[in-house]
Amino acid sequence: MSSTASRTLRIGRASTRVDVRAVVLVTALLLLTLGIATLSLTSGDFPVPVADVIRSLTGRGDTGTDFIVLTLRLPRVLCALLVGAALGVSGAIFQSLTRNPLGSPDFIGLTMGATTGALVVILLRAGDSGEVAVGALVGCTLTALAMYLLAYRRGAQGFRLILIGVGIGAMLDAFNSFLITRARLDEAVAAQRWQVGSLNGRGWEDVRPVGAALLVLLPIALVYARRLTMLTLGDEAATALGVPVERSRFALFAVSVGLAAVATAAAGPISFVALAAPQLARRLTGTAGSGLLAAAVTGGFLLIAGDWAAQRVMPGNNLPVGVATGAVGGVYLCWLLVHEWRRKA
Amino acid sequence: MSSRLHAEDLTLSYEQRIVAEGLDVRIPDESFTVIVGPNACGKSTLLKALARLLKPRQGTVFLDGRAISQYSAKQVAHRLGMLPQTPIAPNGITVGDLVARGRYPHQSLLQQWSREDESIVAEAMRLTEVLELSNRFVAELSGGQRQRVWLAMVLAQQTPILLLDEPTTFLDIAHQIEVLDLCADLHEQGRTLVAVLHDLNLACRYADHLIAMKAGTIVAQGHPAEVVTAELVREVFGMDCRVIDDPETGTPLVVPAGRVARRKALTTVRTG
Repeated sequence: MSSTASRTLRIGRASTRVDVRAVVLVTALLLLTLGIATLSLTSGDFPVPVADVIRSLTGRGDTGTDFIVLTLRLPRVLCALLVGAALGVSGAIFQSLTRNPLGSPDFIGLTMGATTGALVVILLRAGDSGEVAVGALVGCTLTALAMYLLAYRRGAQGFRLILIGVGIGAMLDAFNSFLITRARLDEAVAAQRWQVGSLNGRGWEDVRPVGAALLVLLPIALVYARRLTMLTLGDEAATALGVPVERSRFALFAVSVGLAAVATAAAGPISFVALAAPQLARRLTGTAGSGLLAAAVTGGFLLIAGDWAAQRVMPGNNLPVGVATGAVGGVYLCWLLVHEWRRKA
Repeated sequence: MSSRLHAEDLTLSYEQRIVAEGLDVRIPDESFTVIVGPNACGKSTLLKALARLLKPRQGTVFLDGRAISQYSAKQVAHRLGMLPQTPIAPNGITVGDLVARGRYPHQSLLQQWSREDESIVAEAMRLTEVLELSNRFVAELSGGQRQRVWLAMVLAQQTPILLLDEPTTFLDIAHQIEVLDLCADLHEQGRTLVAVLHDLNLACRYADHLIAMKAGTIVAQGHPAEVVTAELVREVFGMDCRVIDDPETGTPLVVPAGRVARRKALTTVRTG
């Protein structure tokens, strides 16, 4: 009925439609992600054979290997996957809500808000990493709230959200720079390090909040995914087809902000994943739906691949993953877009 | 005359600007109602209020005897379909996928694509003759094809009442007739249709109930043969004309007065 590769799945009275190409590609991406995760767990300054990694994961390893695999490497890998997935879904929701590929949290001020929160904690309270994360969370949420209220005029329509977001983002960016100029050198270095976004030294205490947030927010996002798809028809058509537009938009906005906030709190403002993951996912799977799951998988893949590359390309340098995702994701997205335009022309 | 959809004492506004006041409208069941009037007279606004896309500042729209605001969004979407003037086709969507979205109000989280959905969507596409376009991208279609695809989507919604906001805009004369013929077919099958149209002559041809609006008020309601006169056209559009029988259908045909005659009438008004 739809694209040629779509199949209907029926179990009793329950039914859904699945795009065969999307399923194949997402599965392939998952396998690739698993491969890189394995690489990340086995390789490094102390190579650990796969068999030993499995022994450690199943609780039968020796103390030394356990420390390397379970304490040093596994939290970092999980953090990459979860943060990437959260950013991917958050970006996908925002881009659909605003009907704009640039409508991702890192472009419309949310990340700047999180940064402001984090900087305030770093510079004014000299807080530890847990407090910095809370600061980022609060900063992001407050920014989102301000955005929504300012953009609200007979409904918070996508275009207004973007414009207001860009404006707030510019203001916060200026404020962030101001904060740093007032800081002592060591504080400024800490602030700068946080601003790039990194997975260096991430432990279980960073994994848990992101995991919990995903566990709660991802199912909500998936339930609302059909409404999100309908909202892309425009407010009027969506209302006419029975979608409570404003309520759905607020719920989706809140879920998306929540995901961006916890992700940024855990790993800092990692650039480009939220922007590129949904776009890459959409072009790979070739569907017009919201593709939240595909965006989650792509986000996780981008981040773990970026982190692995950052650690291996310049070993010993502890290159932050934000730099790698920016570089790799940017190049790939440019290539895709140019390729697509050429084909159309 | 029974009426599942009617409105009482509507005041409609965008923000502070009041567009229409004190409107009483009854849409006769199983009629093909057409709303006409000059630009910015509030006809699209009225349609939006009837489809609860716009909350009236005052007054109530009734659907099946209850205020439309008391229904859930999905309940309304089971009874009443609406095609906005400029709907947005999402990027990269195919015709089949777009039409399938018309089934949304009948689906649930667990039941996303029943056999019924499938056959109704196919039927809607067959009726509008877009079945063979199913795998094409909406963006690459012509204006006429695109309009038929949107109609198919609203048809797939399977509502007894259909509201269409200027379904013929941007279409050439042949495609306008094609779309209106399709509407007439739907009307003959027992659906209630309400459309906003610009072309008074086409409105007279297809409508069996006409609502003429001017500056936010309703000037006349009734069968086109009864209400469309030279006086009404002068009152509503401020233009002199003759109304003759359409040689093809016998419905009223508005022929604007010639330039010279209109100038003469103007001087008579000024000097007389």
